[in-house]
Amino acid sequence: MKQPILELKGIHKAFPGVKALDDACLNVYPGKVMALMGENGAGKSTLMKVLTGIYSRDEGEIFYENAPVNFTGPRHSQEAGISIIHQELNLLPDLTIAENIFLGREITNVFGAIKWSVMFDEAQILLDRLNVKHKPSQLLGELSLGEQQMVEIAKALSFKSQVIVMDEPTDALTDTETASLFTVINELRDEGYGIVYISHRLKEIFEICDDITVLRDGKFIAERQVAETDEDSLIELMVGRRLDEQYPRVESKHGTRCLEVKNLSAADIDDISFTLDHGEILGISGLMGAGRTELMKVIYGAMPHHSGKMLVEGKAVNPRSPQEGLANGIAYISEDRKGDGLILGLSVKENMSLCSLQQLSKGMQLDHGAESVAVEDFIRLFNIKTPSKNQIIGNLSGGNQQKVAIAKGLMTRPKVLILDEPTRGVDVGAKKEIYQLINQFKEEGMSIILVSSEMPEVLGMSDRILVMHQGRISGEFTAIDADQEKLMACAFGNNIMEKTA
Amino acid sequence: MNNKVIVNQGAAKAGGLINKEWFIEQKSLIALIMLVVVVSFLNEYFFTVDNILNILRQTSVIAILAAGMTLVILTAGIDLSVGSILALCGAFAASMISMEIPVLIAVPVSLLGGAALGSVAGVIIAKGKVQAFIATLVTMTLLRGVTMVYTDGRPISTGFTDVADAFAWFGTGYVFGIPVPVWMMAGVFAGIWYLLNHTRFGRYIYALGGNESATLLSGINVDRIKIGVYSICGLLSALAGIIITSRLSSAQPTAGMGYELDAIAAVVLGGTSLAGGKGRIMGTLIGALIIGVLNNALNLLDVSSYYQMIVKAVVILLAVLVDNKHR
Repeated sequence: MKQPILELKGIHKAFPGVKALDDACLNVYPGKVMALMGENGAGKSTLMKVLTGIYSRDEGEIFYENAPVNFTGPRHSQEAGISIIHQELNLLPDLTIAENIFLGREITNVFGAIKWSVMFDEAQILLDRLNVKHKPSQLLGELSLGEQQMVEIAKALSFKSQVIVMDEPTDALTDTETASLFTVINELRDEGYGIVYISHRLKEIFEICDDITVLRDGKFIAERQVAETDEDSLIELMVGRRLDEQYPRVESKHGTRCLEVKNLSAADIDDISFTLDHGEILGISGLMGAGRTELMKVIYGAMPHHSGKMLVEGKAVNPRSPQEGLANGIAYISEDRKGDGLILGLSVKENMSLCSLQQLSKGMQLDHGAESVAVEDFIRLFNIKTPSKNQIIGNLSGGNQQKVAIAKGLMTRPKVLILDEPTRGVDVGAKKEIYQLINQFKEEGMSIILVSSEMPEVLGMSDRILVMHQGRISGEFTAIDADQEKLMACAFGNNIMEKTA
Repeated sequence: MNNKVIVNQGAAKAGGLINKEWFIEQKSLIALIMLVVVVSFLNEYFFTVDNILNILRQTSVIAILAAGMTLVILTAGIDLSVGSILALCGAFAASMISMEIPVLIAVPVSLLGGAALGSVAGVIIAKGKVQAFIATLVTMTLLRGVTMVYTDGRPISTGFTDVADAFAWFGTGYVFGIPVPVWMMAGVFAGIWYLLNHTRFGRYIYALGGNESATLLSGINVDRIKIGVYSICGLLSALAGIIITSRLSSAQPTAGMGYELDAIAAVVLGGTSLAGGKGRIMGTLIGALIIGVLNNALNLLDVSSYYQMIVKAVVILLAVLVDNKHR
């Protein structure tokens, strides 16, 4: 009975330095909802981008309705009958619902004038079918997020899609909106559509999906029926990977208390408390959007907080800007190297010394000699592969860029070094070097916060681990107690501390 | 013929000694030299000391405006108000001189006035989060209106006093046989070069233009940098206004109209990216000289002023297209 309508077989895709997809597979069956699961960076989004032709695949085949296909872009795949509803909706808030649905293929007469009444009527039929109580002539921006998502689905239906992919559709939805989305998904399933449902939320997977495909490190791991599996075995499938020796943890004596955070609350974080000693690595785990980066930026001073206290070496601090954060002895290395970490058009030297120019100048004047010495010291210490300190940093590899970013933070001689995803987009060799450097700082008594989506990294490097879920701390473990299953469970919001208590 | 051979040898030598990249980087300089060589053949008066000094003096006003504009553009901003600040500060200086306020007071006060006017735009941009184009469009229109009201639409003469004679030195004087405005231009470019290459502020200007959010996250007071560059740009606009007013012995209410575009053209010709973060101040000097030489040459060659505009436009377009090719 199971003949897939869409089949992706043995898909390979490599980016410079990273193997994003390594023999990934996915089957979509008509009248079924297929969950696509995996950790951050497992390759889910990449696989969908390969499917629609945004990325070209290096190897592998795609069959749609039993015929091999090769889509050249989202438009092409959409016209063939495969629609993707992205996490961030691709809609225009200043146009009407009908215009959004028929964007780029407006119904027109021979002179190119839009036949509004026909378009509104067609849109009305789609909206009725999805139970959306709005007129097609209404502006999209007036709708709630959940309703806007319905418009995306209406758009997918208007293409006569057979396969609809939903990427984290409930992330921004309220409970009632989620419920009505599920009603629609159930109806679509009954009408024979093939649906791919990408989500981090285990509960939803068990509620709405029929089958599950698990990816890990770009590899196809398993296809299971929901009825035959449970949460624990699913988590095992997602993380099931052994720690190897690439994380050389060093034991070092913890010093005195360095950082204390008490009941800190801000826009995306809620009542966070933790402590950090000198010579300790604190790992922060959690899914994307759990508020990890926000918490770090609040501590650094780049984001405001509503309430709570922060103490650095016993002294209360209240950073309102990154300047004040640095003055408090806190350095933050951004997860978004290209966005707000480095200035790609400037040289290695200019990037590395940017935070420390105050110390590297005499009065108003830059001390070029001192700057060069300091930068060259770090280039040697970090083994940064660059032809010279004057090389434009955009020309270096990701790993070397990251080393410069870390060096930039270290040059300020911080008490607390916050590393947000320090090995993202970094090849294996450079990763190992970065781990060794982190350990070296730790031995020298620096306090380090390591935010990472890679669980083996957090487990392998940290002395203590905090797990965040929806802006709160959902678990705290010592390195010995923690394992991937426990971290994953907390990341999904199942508080083990409560369970065992 | 001799000249050309020498230039070619020089270019070949530079290419061999340094490298191709250096050669590409200096293309605006090469364009300027080629322009000078070609015009020297077409008109024998062109390459004389008198005419060279004449070109330098004529170029000084646009060059000084363009120096300030370079700072602003390096931060990924733009300043349309330079012409208006020029006119208002010129008028202000002229009326002070006509009231026989000593030059040593009138000139610094006018310069500070220009810096203050520039900082207003800077504050609007930094604190009000208004796009630079809009903010300076507003101050450009506003300050031109203020100038018209202040002068009642008529020129303000500096008068025929001793003070006015002293003030005339700024536009018409000579030091060691070189016009005062040329000295000022040299001083301004030396100062800005020092600022950009040897101070923190200069480094932060490049950083801000390269990536504002990364600069902010690096603990740098971005607002202060923005206000700073618009203030400097305003101060240099006032200096240009003083030179023009001094040279003409009177302030024209319409002075400096359209100069912002010449200044921007000079910056762009000098290879500075309008997207910010990339560029050299000496490129701007060369860009201003290209425009100055071109104006002078077209005059010497008796090209009608109508055609001059067309030629200028074509040259700027070609320069920018060539520049893009090497990116």
